[in-house]
Amino acid sequence: METGLTIAFWVLAVVSVASALAVVLLRDVFRAALFLVLCFFTVAGIYITLSADFLAVAQILIYVGAVAVLIIFAIMLTREAQRGSPSGRFRLPAFVLAVGFLITMVLVVTGTDWHVIKGIPNEPTTSSLAQTLFNEDGGYVLPFEIAAALLLAALIGAIVLVREK
Amino acid sequence: MTVGLEHFLVLSAVLFSIGLYGALAKRNVVVILICIEIMLNAVNIALVAFSRYGHILTGQVFAIFIMVVAAAEVAIGLAIIIAIYRSRETVDVEKTDLMKW
Repeated sequence: METGLTIAFWVLAVVSVASALAVVLLRDVFRAALFLVLCFFTVAGIYITLSADFLAVAQILIYVGAVAVLIIFAIMLTREAQRGSPSGRFRLPAFVLAVGFLITMVLVVTGTDWHVIKGIPNEPTTSSLAQTLFNEDGGYVLPFEIAAALLLAALIGAIVLVREK
Repeated sequence: MTVGLEHFLVLSAVLFSIGLYGALAKRNVVVILICIEIMLNAVNIALVAFSRYGHILTGQVFAIFIMVVAAAEVAIGLAIIIAIYRSRETVDVEKTDLMKW
């Protein structure tokens, strides 16, 4: 059980980092979008290794099902795919900043004494997640309603922005 | 060697750095939006890892809200990109600098 989880984590981690690097480094925008789909799938797998089953399914439904399709539509509509995705003027500063951020984060993460609670997590998480969301006292009902209003506003805004005059 | 909290946090940091580099260095707006999605996914991995190793579900609730905001953001972002492409025939960030001081 434990070794299987370890192997799954390393395979998923290597594939997700490789596909993210492919997204950044490939010149073909359409292939970059396809590697983004692979990256989303591996992140869903990482959620499963973290025993977050509901989030893994939501990841596949929202990111692979909706976001990736929207991005591929945008790439096709803008007809910029044959020009590729060249790097801008800030390539070197961006690289230095990203590497500096990575080194800082790795040092902080490995240097901190995390308060980890041992034990097996409760599965499945869906019902306990719903109880956390809609708790009678101190739940997340108001943020949930605001999220619904945000999605409605985004929907109307997207329609208004791309409507033919 | 068992997988611990640090492994997931380092993976999250690596993915976030890759997304950060792409978002700062690329010129195609769609690719910049893709890299922002990678960064949001990296943050979600960190939140779910904290939720798993701290035995508290609040991290997963926050991950759900991040997914909602990411979906709204990508819809609005792509609508803006298509509106810009209609009027200026480009998705290059270095050519769409009308509002830059």
